[in-house]
Amino acid sequence: MDYQEKTGVATESGAALSLYNVKLEVFEGPLDLLLYLIKKNELDIYDIPIALITKQYLEYINLMKEMNLDVAGDFLLMASTLIQIKSSMLLPSREDEPAEDDEEDPRAELIRRLIEYSRYKDAALQLNDRSLLGRELFARSFPSPELHFTQTPPVAPEIELFELIEAFRVILAKAPRETFHEVSAETISIAERINEILSLIQERELIAFEELFDNICDREYLVTTFLALLELCKLKVIRVHQQSLHGPIRISPAVKGTDEIPDEGEGGVNNTD
Amino acid sequence: MRFRTKGRAVSTTRIKSIIESLLFVSDVPVSLDRLCGILDEYDRDEIRNALAVLREEYGARNGGITLAEVANGYQFRTVEENGEYVRRLVKTRASRFSQSALETLAIVAYRQPITRAEIEYLRGVDSGGVIKTLLEKKLVRILGKKDIPGRPLIYGTTREFLEVFGLKDLKSLPTLREIQELGVDGIHEQQEELPLERADETTKDEKPGLPGDYD
Repeated sequence: MDYQEKTGVATESGAALSLYNVKLEVFEGPLDLLLYLIKKNELDIYDIPIALITKQYLEYINLMKEMNLDVAGDFLLMASTLIQIKSSMLLPSREDEPAEDDEEDPRAELIRRLIEYSRYKDAALQLNDRSLLGRELFARSFPSPELHFTQTPPVAPEIELFELIEAFRVILAKAPRETFHEVSAETISIAERINEILSLIQERELIAFEELFDNICDREYLVTTFLALLELCKLKVIRVHQQSLHGPIRISPAVKGTDEIPDEGEGGVNNTD
Repeated sequence: MRFRTKGRAVSTTRIKSIIESLLFVSDVPVSLDRLCGILDEYDRDEIRNALAVLREEYGARNGGITLAEVANGYQFRTVEENGEYVRRLVKTRASRFSQSALETLAIVAYRQPITRAEIEYLRGVDSGGVIKTLLEKKLVRILGKKDIPGRPLIYGTTREFLEVFGLKDLKSLPTLREIQELGVDGIHEQQEELPLERADETTKDEKPGLPGDYD
């Protein structure tokens, strides 16, 4: 699709292709390929020898397949169009008086499309030949206004659920796998754990994800803690965020007592009471 | 604090100076209307005149900055010869457009308002991805929905498109060239009317008829 890819393919495959005596380019689409074939054979676009073009077109497609290039359905669709045109051209050729009647040349639509396409292809080249802002010319705040819209202030991004689960998996893996010694454990409910976490967070404003699991060996307790955390996320009472990729995961109240968090767009709906 | 001045020359100098400051600060082209709105102490002709003088001065100066008329407005831009050096300063890679992006942009620019299906018919390939990219880059925008079954979205170009490609407005898009000029030659018989063409193709009607309702 993009330029780099195009040149890359062309050079890399140059040797293998020499026996086909064609230079393989990655074409923008079937129309692009057809135009290329017409130019290469110096054909008259208004009178395309459809049999020849179809043959060459199919050869190219096979070539592209051999190269493991992804031959898009659009190319195959055009192949079938070509074959269809070819076959319908065979029919009137039996008559001594060919076409010219009210019957339209089966190639007409294809020709129109090719012409139209070649004009836009040319227009594209012309656009590219201009001095472009951010390429040859610069104004204040380049390369282009797109940056204004996409660059949001660097607030620590909210974390995805899967990353959270992954972090928990790591903690769980570290937890000792002691199984014996089964004393009827004094279990803690999720609700209780929620309250514990809440008070911890309100006290500290910011805690590390791992901290919640410190000094807990009991797997059930670990799981309870994690579920409590998820529940708090769901209630939007807390914000779970990560400064950088693979950075430490931190937890803070969604609504802080102080106004430290500039954005509360995501989380700040529910009250912490 | 009004700057009513008697002499026209004095006021031109003053207006010029103000416009220069405004354009210097702005990061988007500023339209004449906008300038007039800001300089409401002065009348439009004076402002237009001052602007012309300012542009002349920048042109005559042969400096590193030009005052360009783009996207229905005015903007200071660096001159092309210095592009390489500016790129070293800002350390950007020269942004390149892929062939498919350019083709799609050209089609949207000349044929807007246009649906995705029409773009794909013209290009002969699926164009969903490239349209999405162009939307993300703000070069293309959704104009609305077409009043046909399925109510497909219709697309048009944006102000940013004009800015990036240095076009004053859509009317200044170069006329589409005829097939004979393109090297894909044929016998020059009467060309049939193209299916999607709206008007005869030899004239300037080729240019998109959209008045710039850009914001």
